Amino acid sequence: MSARGVMVVAELSAGKLISVSREMLGLARQLVAETGGPVCAMCPAADEALAADLVAHGADRVYTAGEAVLADYDSEAWTACTAWAVRAADPAAVLIGHTTSGADLAPRLAFRLDAAAATGCVGVRLDAGMLRFTRPCYGGNVRETVSFNTRLAVATVRGGCYDAFPRDETRRGDTLKIPLDSTALRARVIERQRESGGDVRLEDARVVIAGGRGLDGPEGFEVLARLARELRGALGASRVPCDLGWCPHSMQIGLTGKTVTPELYIAVGISGAGHHMAGCGNARNIIAINTDPEAAIYKEARWGVVGDYRKVIPPLIEAIRALRRAGRKSSETADSRR
Amino acid sequence: MHIVVCVKQVPDPEAAFSMFKVDEQAKKVIPAPGLRMVVSPFDEQALEAALRVREAAGEARITVMTLGADSARAAIKHGLAMGADDGVLLADPAFEGGDAYTTARALAAAVGKLGDCDMVLTGRQAADWDAGVVGCGIAELLQLPVITFARDVKVSNGAVRVERVVDNGVDVIEASLPAVVTVSNELGAARSPSLRETMRAARKPVVIWAAKDLGLSRSEVGAGGARRVLERLFVPERRGACELVDGATAEEQGTKLAQRLLEAKLL
Repeated sequence: MSARGVMVVAELSAGKLISVSREMLGLARQLVAETGGPVCAMCPAADEALAADLVAHGADRVYTAGEAVLADYDSEAWTACTAWAVRAADPAAVLIGHTTSGADLAPRLAFRLDAAAATGCVGVRLDAGMLRFTRPCYGGNVRETVSFNTRLAVATVRGGCYDAFPRDETRRGDTLKIPLDSTALRARVIERQRESGGDVRLEDARVVIAGGRGLDGPEGFEVLARLARELRGALGASRVPCDLGWCPHSMQIGLTGKTVTPELYIAVGISGAGHHMAGCGNARNIIAINTDPEAAIYKEARWGVVGDYRKVIPPLIEAIRALRRAGRKSSETADSRR
Repeated sequence: MHIVVCVKQVPDPEAAFSMFKVDEQAKKVIPAPGLRMVVSPFDEQALEAALRVREAAGEARITVMTLGADSARAAIKHGLAMGADDGVLLADPAFEGGDAYTTARALAAAVGKLGDCDMVLTGRQAADWDAGVVGCGIAELLQLPVITFARDVKVSNGAVRVERVVDNGVDVIEASLPAVVTVSNELGAARSPSLRETMRAARKPVVIWAAKDLGLSRSEVGAGGARRVLERLFVPERRGACELVDGATAEEQGTKLAQRLLEAKLL
């Protein structure tokens, strides 16, 4: 990678930078620290405040179309804007979070710009000046490390693999406006249907409780929801319950679903197949609750419980409450002694 | 209406991974001998989407296309048995050692050679490399609009309307034909081949095209045109330090687990 720098495509949710986009800025700063060159951010909807936020998070230059309507992903418009910005900035790499938007944008961009794309990466490394991308394949069971013989490489990277750049209000950067010919757009978004979901974004939750085939039915998620409320966590699922209609597809965690990296991941009735672990393997602590003592998930877990979740989770909730009550009491006693 | 469905033949992804070996030296994943080769599941669902479009429209010609070794003939046959009308097999020793770029290039050239294609459908990603690059690549090379991760595909008045799965819901997107659509598992299960279609499949036409039939030179296909360099292939390490929290009763297990969470400051 030469000193041409790195471009990050930044995504928004409710008007704010999503965590994986901040992580991409962090990764980009790491890379240019070695090679030199600027970090550019592409954010089609960025206004002045967002541009300042991108700079504080590590960008040296922000490209924007200044179109508020492009806050939500629009494949045609985002591809056109990003291709324009990449032609202008000529970076050595484009980094995008591996979301449903990034997974759409990266390959389009790569082909349009005569480059190549690595999707769903878990590692991006500079090795003797060469960018190397590591990504899961074969249903999450295998990793490949690849490089490209093109002038430009495009990559999507899963959430939680890199640290965000510490926000620095004193950083300075400039903003460039991109022209967008909206008459050239060939696909139109007619409607955006959004699931109301919980208060916490699954990808940002500190605690995730996920259910699999072993829940034996949609009612199982009610049991998990009680535990989620207790731990202020978000609910997730492996692919089977989603395909069976036990829960919405937006809850799917794994190779073709979301990537989560919580402090605590409680996998209930999940066997631990590679394609699921590709979405949660980077969780700090994994608890496995499963009736099958041979389940592969125990190989990934810090703690395992072999048993029926219907019988284990209610006393777990009770015990958590009791421990918290005891904790509060002892701190009150300590306060009164002071 | 003419729909082309691009499929890939892969070793059965439903098989336990113990059926696969990773040769780190040769940088190859080696399936156990006798492991079934199947049509990659998302591609099968892409064909299902095409069949549903044909059923709704009353008529459509469906071509199933694949790039692969001679064994990939079985993938074409499976598509024909599901209900496709004809097949295109892109087979040439020169295709070996290719990547997503050369694959998309050959498929795009073949779609161009067919000439009258209204819609290209394919799976969101293949079950071996899980990259999800080729579908978008075909679209960009042919300068067509592309809609990815479809859970529903409907065609009317020369346009395709797709329900696209996104992280927190669904986007409904419309594009004029011709267009490319990649299909996600949310579309639902693909049908099994019927006996009647399986019998008919043997008589359906299949053409075989090599690189020169597509007007592509050796430097544009296979290893000669590949942009990806595979540096390393390996099996990730498992953490493997699980403490089993046991107890005489489920209550005891639950209580002990809560205690562990407290000690680890996770409460």
